[in-house]
Amino acid sequence: MDIRYLSPGTLDEAIKAFAAAGSAARILAGGTDLLVQMRSGAVRPGLIVDIKKIAEMTTIEETADGGFRVGAAVPGAVLAEHGRFGKVWPGVLEAVNLIGSTQVQGRASAGGNLCNGSPAGDSVPAMIAAGAIATVQGPNGRREMPVEKVPAGPGRTHLLPGEILVSFSLPPRPPGSGDAYLRMIPRTEMDIAVVGCGVSLTLENGICTAARVGLGAVAPTVLLVEAAAKALIGGKLDDAALNAAASACSAACRPIDDKRGTIAYRTKIAGVLLKRTVAIAARRAGGN
Amino acid sequence: MAKLHVSTTINGEPAEFLCEPGDTMLDALRGPLGLTGSKEGCASGDCGACSITLDDRLVCSCLMLAAEAEGAQLRTIEGMAKGEKLHPLQQKFLEMAALQCGICTSGMLVASEALLQKNPRPSEEEVRFWLAGNLCRCTGYDKIVRAVLETAADMREAAQ
Repeated sequence: MDIRYLSPGTLDEAIKAFAAAGSAARILAGGTDLLVQMRSGAVRPGLIVDIKKIAEMTTIEETADGGFRVGAAVPGAVLAEHGRFGKVWPGVLEAVNLIGSTQVQGRASAGGNLCNGSPAGDSVPAMIAAGAIATVQGPNGRREMPVEKVPAGPGRTHLLPGEILVSFSLPPRPPGSGDAYLRMIPRTEMDIAVVGCGVSLTLENGICTAARVGLGAVAPTVLLVEAAAKALIGGKLDDAALNAAASACSAACRPIDDKRGTIAYRTKIAGVLLKRTVAIAARRAGGN
Repeated sequence: MAKLHVSTTINGEPAEFLCEPGDTMLDALRGPLGLTGSKEGCASGDCGACSITLDDRLVCSCLMLAAEAEGAQLRTIEGMAKGEKLHPLQQKFLEMAALQCGICTSGMLVASEALLQKNPRPSEEEVRFWLAGNLCRCTGYDKIVRAVLETAADMREAAQ
């Protein structure tokens, strides 16, 4: 089957072509998943829509209220070079920057990571912890969905036919906020998460007033673990709170057994990572 | 389906080529463009042997569609030496035997040059981390890392 390649300059053109081509079409951002899938024969697209000529998809904007809007196709290396983003959202940045090598960072984007639908995508737990909102646009217009509502299962999302992920909106940060992402891998780098944990929290006079926890690689989709956040909010981050939050993370796990980790191992590690990630986020919150 | 016509710039020179929409940039470099310095190791972005820069950004040419080169500035290993004069990294790789079979070498050099442009004073850890996407099955990496560090020191001295 022939492949067609388009690189439209506007979102409207991209959506029109993408929607018209139906399920045979694929969006090309950094291509670090798509080209591998094409090479292996797993995907045979009839149409490739390259979205990198669309300004909204490739720009980072600090909004007037102190939030950020990150285009879905912004590569990790570009996000790392932004003067402010990594200071406000160090956990999101470290999660995005864990994806692949220097070469992959030159291309791979948080938008692609989310739409690839891997339960082990590194940026996704951190985005969920951050409370990021995904803006998607399709033939019926634009809508917003919390990032945790996007994944539907391995390789699948809740985007409707013809819809394209446009950007992530991250909320303004109250004083005393910090975030962090940790993943467990058996090597020191360049591997797929056995468990990934993103935490964002806010401290006021040592009391945790807000928290969100995202967990990756322990279920068919990346999870928002509300029970863990609840265990952290309302008191000091003492051993009792941390143990309760860690138990909530382990309880949320519905992992698979595979060569990277057993069910028992992933379930235990989810709690361990939660504690370590909270410690980093809390230290960063103290510095803000 | 007609082939795509792509106009681009490679190593500072205008270049045009025809490709299939699904061809990678590595396919185009090694095929119609005849630039075989970039190697195909894994074709899945793991080994870095096909490293080039795309608008000054280090990428794997196997993970880029050839069609994406339209209007872009590419640099490949073929642009590294100035005529007969080797780049300091190339010279140092030779002097310090930072290669054996050579398959990874052009990718290592292109990646190392991109590092030194961004960071003229990298630590050993920074060199190792930057080159983590360039696999070498011969050298054990140590000679490569030392060659990059020594080149960085030489280039800093030369710039003073």
